[in-house]
Amino acid sequence: MSIYLNKDSKIIVQGMTGGMGAKHTTLMVESGADIVGGVNARKAGTTVELGGKELPVFGTVEEAMKETGANVSVAFVPPAFTKDACIEAIDAEIPLLVVITEGVPVLDTAEVVQYLDGKSTRMIGPNCPGIITPGESLAGITPHTIAGTGPVGLVSKSGTLTYQMMFELKDFGFTTAIGIGGDPIVGTTHIDALEAFENDPDTKAIVMIGEIGGDAEERAAAYIKDHVTKPVVGYVAGFTAPEGKTMGHAGAIVSGSSGTAQAKKEALEAAGVKVGKTPSETAALMRAILNEL
Amino acid sequence: MPRGKTRHCSQTKRIGHLVDLMEFQAKELFAKHGVATTLGVVAETPEAARAAAEEMGGVTVIKAQVKAGGRGKAGGVKIAKTADEAESYARDIIGMEIKGLRVNRVLVTPATPPVEEYYFSFLLDRSNRSHLCIASVEGGVEIEEVAKTNPEAVRQIRIDAIEGVTPEKAAAIVDEAKFPAELRDQAIEMVQKLWQVYVQEDATLVEVNPLARLEGDKLEALDGKISLDDNASEVRHPEHAQFEIREEADALESKAKDKGLNYVKLDGQVGIIGNGAGLVMSTLDVVAYAGEAHGGVKPANFLDIGGGANAQVMADGLDVILNDEQVKSVFVNVFGGITACDEVANGIKGALEILGDSATKPLVVRLDGNNVEKGRAILDELNHPLITQVDTMDGAADKAAELAHQA
Repeated sequence: MSIYLNKDSKIIVQGMTGGMGAKHTTLMVESGADIVGGVNARKAGTTVELGGKELPVFGTVEEAMKETGANVSVAFVPPAFTKDACIEAIDAEIPLLVVITEGVPVLDTAEVVQYLDGKSTRMIGPNCPGIITPGESLAGITPHTIAGTGPVGLVSKSGTLTYQMMFELKDFGFTTAIGIGGDPIVGTTHIDALEAFENDPDTKAIVMIGEIGGDAEERAAAYIKDHVTKPVVGYVAGFTAPEGKTMGHAGAIVSGSSGTAQAKKEALEAAGVKVGKTPSETAALMRAILNEL
Repeated sequence: MPRGKTRHCSQTKRIGHLVDLMEFQAKELFAKHGVATTLGVVAETPEAARAAAEEMGGVTVIKAQVKAGGRGKAGGVKIAKTADEAESYARDIIGMEIKGLRVNRVLVTPATPPVEEYYFSFLLDRSNRSHLCIASVEGGVEIEEVAKTNPEAVRQIRIDAIEGVTPEKAAAIVDEAKFPAELRDQAIEMVQKLWQVYVQEDATLVEVNPLARLEGDKLEALDGKISLDDNASEVRHPEHAQFEIREEADALESKAKDKGLNYVKLDGQVGIIGNGAGLVMSTLDVVAYAGEAHGGVKPANFLDIGGGANAQVMADGLDVILNDEQVKSVFVNVFGGITACDEVANGIKGALEILGDSATKPLVVRLDGNNVEKGRAILDELNHPLITQVDTMDGAADKAAELAHQA
């Protein structure tokens, strides 16, 4: 079992013919993921060979879904066009949309997230490495060679820390590892992933990686306390990062949280989450839990 | 996604590259969108402040222009009754430090004492993944205190990210915040114009504090703070480049910026180079912990070289870090995800060739992940006297801290 992505996932790539899109489509094909085509209005009707596979290019997400039965789209569209690409995929009712693109204006993301309300699509990202269910499928840029399948669920804001943590726990392996992205607004939150891992029978324990800024980790801590029965180990990066110069009063009025790594660590520990000081200490904490199971 | 040299701007932003505007810049954007405000004159010398005050006549306000709050409490805002006083206050304020930032200019405006002070802002609400309006008729510098002691007086109103602020929404905001009836129409108009500033400039914060009621029942933005979304500036606001004031940046930060590096100078002895914002932040933490056992040495910088760790990027990064006089050792921490470790190793090799004799500080290198064996072999073969390879992140941090302490 896994969350959001499995061996039956049929993946299309929005922006498959661009540089990043082509490179990572190749890597996804090579990982064994079922890539079934791409979308580019200007190259509709052609095919592209990537990773030794002849992939059809469609004019729209809707057409691609109809022709291939795709149920996942991975977007490598430039930031200026990401909002439109997302809305197109949401209107086509794609079940899972993974937005890798970095640098999307946050007002655009806010509009897309609002647009998702009441729709059937789950969006992951933007500005994220995507999602991998080792041995089954890959929708994103996470290297498929780091770790295999196993009992750990991983949710992280950061891409490279996702890789680092998968590497640290590669002898145990993962049900699914999901990078939700570090932007101020993202489609899938820590809480969404925690809920899904809690409901996934094969996930025995969860690693949650956060970073300074915002109050997502504090909210996740409150959620864990009330809803998560599986063991959770946490890591927060940025204890020594310089504090941004606080502008104005609005942020303090709203959140009441400082957003520091220390505040997040304390919130998680208060919810019964063991928090590591470094990635390797975090892995050691998880290792101890897994050895007890 | 690769977007040339600004590849990781959205991530480094979180550790200090907020695109915050100074008051005079915020007021320029207010004026551009028709929000009532008084621009005043920016002066970089006491003499210029005097000339501005003379030109205005009467009482003036001399305000420090820095990207920090609490200017008034720090002595950076003074009321000058005469041009002599304006010059004298400007002399005091220019050169002072407010929250670690040097004041290089003041804004001179005619003094317009408010009859009442209100508070108004639009901001990105991360928790609710939307936009929020905060409005209070009990404004002024103590607004955070009001929010705590009398939260009912500080209204928080969610904005639909697709609909935005319609005339009806603006009226609802004004009514909910209980603006005085005689100001209602003016306030509704101002709320809509401030929303235009927020949306059309792609801001994440537009704050007016105080929003002043002046003599004759005129509403005016007496002070303003704006933060811009640098992703949006990159994508659709080339004109925002004018707001970047370079002399505030550290000389090394300025050099790094010229080379397109995501670098933030810190106060420490261990130079840091890594790939990915999260891993680099984590590296800073690990080095700080390791430093506790080695005389309290600390990380000297944040530098994320992103995915393409080729020789030139590595050389540029090392060049900046080695020019930091505080730096005693350098820790290169790379986890090869998409990036291959052999490319990184060749980058380090090439960088040392480019830098030649100017590279004099010890380098601790930790490579792991994609093609790690090839990468480590390249550095083994190079056998450079400055390079020490350590296999784990914690072990490498400890070695780098030890070398920095010994130096």
